[in-house]
Amino acid sequence: MFPNSFEYIAPKTLMEAIELLKQHGYDAKVVAGGQSLLPMMKLRVAAPSILIDINNIDELKGWRNESGYLRIGALTRHADLEHSEELREQYPLLAETAVWIADPLVRNLGTVCGSLAHADPGSDWGAAMLALHAQVEVAGPEGKRQVPIDDFFVDTFTPALEETEIVTAVLVPTPVGRVGGRYLKIERKAGDFAIAGLAVHVSLASDGTVAEAGFGICACGPIPLRGKRAEEYLLGKKLTPETIEAASRLVPEDAEPADDLRGSAEYKRDVLRVFAKRGLSDIAKELQGEVVLR
Amino acid sequence: MALHQTELRPLGKCVGRKEDPRFIRGKGRYVDDIMLPGMLYMYLVRSPYAHARIKSIDTSAALQAPGVKLVITGEDLEAMNLAWIPTMANDQQMVLATGKVLYQYQEVAAVIAETREQAVDAAQLIDIEYEPLPVVVDPFKALEPDAPILREDREKKSNHVFHWEAGDREATEELFRNAPVVVKKDVRFQRVHPAPLEPCGCIADYNPSTGKLTWYVTSQAPHAHRTVLAMVSGLPEHQIRVISPDVGGGFGNKVPIYPGYVAAVVASLKLGKPVKWIETRTENITSTGFARDYHMTCEIAAEEDGRVLALRVKTIADHGAFDAAADPSKFPAGLFSIVTGSYDFKEALVEVDGVYTNKAPGGVAYRCSFRVTEAAYLIERVMDVLARRVGVDPAELRKRNFIRKEQFPYKSPTGWTYDSGDYEKTLALALEKIGYEELRKEQAEKRARGEFMGIGISTFTEVVGAGPSHTFDIMGIKMFDSAQIRIHPTGKVIARLGVRHQGQGHETTFAQIIAEELGLSTDDVLIEEGDTDNAPYGLGTYASRSTPTAGGAAALCARRIRDKAKKIAAHLLEVGEEDVVWDGVSFSAKGLPGKSVTMKDVAFAAYTNLPEGMEPGLEATYYYDPPNLTFPHGAYIAVVDIDKGTGAVKVRRFLAVDDCGTVINPMIVDGQVHGGLTEGFAIAFMQDIPFDDEGNCLAPNWMDYLVPTALDTPHWETDRTVTPSPHHPIGAKGVGESPNVGSPAAFVNAVVDALAPLGVEHIDMPIFPWKVWQILREHGVTE
Repeated sequence: MFPNSFEYIAPKTLMEAIELLKQHGYDAKVVAGGQSLLPMMKLRVAAPSILIDINNIDELKGWRNESGYLRIGALTRHADLEHSEELREQYPLLAETAVWIADPLVRNLGTVCGSLAHADPGSDWGAAMLALHAQVEVAGPEGKRQVPIDDFFVDTFTPALEETEIVTAVLVPTPVGRVGGRYLKIERKAGDFAIAGLAVHVSLASDGTVAEAGFGICACGPIPLRGKRAEEYLLGKKLTPETIEAASRLVPEDAEPADDLRGSAEYKRDVLRVFAKRGLSDIAKELQGEVVLR
Repeated sequence: MALHQTELRPLGKCVGRKEDPRFIRGKGRYVDDIMLPGMLYMYLVRSPYAHARIKSIDTSAALQAPGVKLVITGEDLEAMNLAWIPTMANDQQMVLATGKVLYQYQEVAAVIAETREQAVDAAQLIDIEYEPLPVVVDPFKALEPDAPILREDREKKSNHVFHWEAGDREATEELFRNAPVVVKKDVRFQRVHPAPLEPCGCIADYNPSTGKLTWYVTSQAPHAHRTVLAMVSGLPEHQIRVISPDVGGGFGNKVPIYPGYVAAVVASLKLGKPVKWIETRTENITSTGFARDYHMTCEIAAEEDGRVLALRVKTIADHGAFDAAADPSKFPAGLFSIVTGSYDFKEALVEVDGVYTNKAPGGVAYRCSFRVTEAAYLIERVMDVLARRVGVDPAELRKRNFIRKEQFPYKSPTGWTYDSGDYEKTLALALEKIGYEELRKEQAEKRARGEFMGIGISTFTEVVGAGPSHTFDIMGIKMFDSAQIRIHPTGKVIARLGVRHQGQGHETTFAQIIAEELGLSTDDVLIEEGDTDNAPYGLGTYASRSTPTAGGAAALCARRIRDKAKKIAAHLLEVGEEDVVWDGVSFSAKGLPGKSVTMKDVAFAAYTNLPEGMEPGLEATYYYDPPNLTFPHGAYIAVVDIDKGTGAVKVRRFLAVDDCGTVINPMIVDGQVHGGLTEGFAIAFMQDIPFDDEGNCLAPNWMDYLVPTALDTPHWETDRTVTPSPHHPIGAKGVGESPNVGSPAAFVNAVVDALAPLGVEHIDMPIFPWKVWQILREHGVTE
């Protein structure tokens, strides 16, 4: 299919891009990787009259370590994180998640921040960033602001963004202690959106107790959801078969899945429980020095 | 054994595919690659409703839109007597809807503009007022007395399309009455779609100054399409040239004539310009020939030891809004009566009732010989149910019931005469190769540990190669096929056939057959198909019929040439014809060692140095009417492991042992088998086209109609036994469809076998993880 006709502009600075958004408001759409927007335009589900391509804006490119967090710029592609050896040690969940997104073609073009701004409940990054307790950096006419990831997803396809704002980066807090991360996903076919998915992030303090716990739930509600009960339960505890079992039973309690062709709500809840158990067990073995083959 | 294209005696060898260089380099030439000067583009407006009265259509705004040249509605077609076209199944189908629409995405209007984008934009300006009508999506409800009558154009005021049966009712009932064991299962073969990578499309190019219509169309049957077009449009057949260029997959989807084709032809006739119409993916899935959609009830009567006596099958066939099934005329349910399969049933009764519903019309034979897949799936599935009930291993049960080698030619209780087979040999090879005994031991150990592993067997028999003219025709045209071979002075050959390949490798395999018969190399033979102006008439490529029909024609045509060549050779060798011997690569004279001539020598002589009085040239045409169908068979085994946590099924191993008779090119056969197994895997685990109560199609694109990639599919293991067809000129049976026909049952049998300790006897396809999870949890199994 063909999209409606539209105008295309590729500004070189963030200010120009925001200025264009001010001029065109709702009629404009920002495109980075275009992996969600362009299919929607081709199906004429989305019909912006102007596309603002931000790929020429240098300040949005790449990721870098800043004090207390990893700053992932708005033009960082899924594939960049999939292949970022340097981030494996401290941010294992990033590569673990990236590899599950669609196919290599999509991963080479699609961006992390674009996925967040699209606010699809099936966003793998949405779940991962919840688990990592990230902040979304947003720029608008009034300057920049940071939105906690929990406040960023307002509703399905609705992020906490004004018409004149652009997501410029996602900020992932630097974890303390030994870190483990897993992304678990069941899909109908390779590269599909999840039937259900779970991002698990754990860091252990030097005494072996859980210092940070994060569970991000994918495709089981109107927006990506946090497994808050399980996080609270695990903090300060050691990862044992008993605590893992108990935490994994808590994860589905924060999910809001619906019955659909991919499976019943009950099925998805149970898969989340199984995923939590598997993810935590793997992380526990890994952090206790056992190599986990996957 | 690999062979270069330039070597002699190529039959049975892995000759590299002649078509590969252009396809691998992206240089194939498909319909959408063809650009003609002044070409216009058509786009179709489709119904959002599954059943609705059309109250009005306002095309005025669209006609004013930029670039728009023409808008066609059903009323315009009525004036030309083209609002309806006949289907291949003795039904008729609307081209553009008049009065009412009968399924979602039905064609309602056509917009023709200077660019594709303009046509799409203008289509949105067509204002159609609909009045929704009650929708029928369930074929059983369609048969209830108070169901709304969908087809007002028919005399028969019922949604019942046809009743068809085969076998002996009385004798079958009698055996059932006295049988010690009777098993019964409801088995559904869901609605699926062939989903070729290239959707349907055409360019209709009518030249008003010559009166000739050139029709480029992605077609599996260009000659038949030309005849139908001539009959429907009134254009003289010789003034229609159908060109089917490279075809990006067909699988049965490109056998019917679709409304878009007729609309494009009408547009070109009206405008005197070439008009291109290419479907979108959604249009292809939602409106063109789907497959299967059979609701089957199967009963087997057997002895206590599992030896079968009789088979009884009742089927409701959901045809959608029009019976647009692609079947031979005398077979409204295709060759479904092959459902007795590889087993020696004494009697059988097979009944099929066709039903109209508010869904897209069909169904086509998706990589199968007219409903053979439904039949093979059903019998292979229910034989496993019988094995479980009588407590006999499924492999052993099959062995007990196979038609024996010495019973061929075997007359089946539904009237088929199986040409040849050796089912025991094929299964024995499969069992040995997969390590069946060890797998059963491993399974017992795993079961003891509470793990779920399954082994599934399918020992199917197909019936392909339609077919003999006494029984098979499509719209009256007998289903023979043809070859025409010309040898040029330097010994190079151009051969044209009435079929049209879409990935089967004809450019290589038919060159191998002809080269083998003429003592040439594959490289010497150019195969051309798909242009009705220069290829001999034939019914096309589907139903695994190319090798059984056109392949036979190619061999016999080459032999006809060899007969003449022998006379020329006698002249060159200066001996009598009776003293000339052909050894496969050259002619020699009896008793004159060292003196021989090749086909190339003979070819040159045919144009330069002929015997007195002989007609010059070296060419022949052969129309081959096969004496019988062919009956390929196979033994497939799947091994699966089930994830108790998620219900996901992992296919650990899959072995396909095929017997397709003489093998022309083992590499191409392997490729065919790999492709068909991948489709069978998708059908078993991923694919379905469901509808909601309003008749909305819930899998209208490849996001929800799942097509597997290499990441999804298991590693395929293949092997073969060879039982040649006794009646085919080179003993070949056809193989393209065996893997799609035979594999779904192996997959499902394996999953059911894994879950057998829970008492599971059947799961309907597609086996999504949640279905397995539900069964596990219902039985208290959890991780």
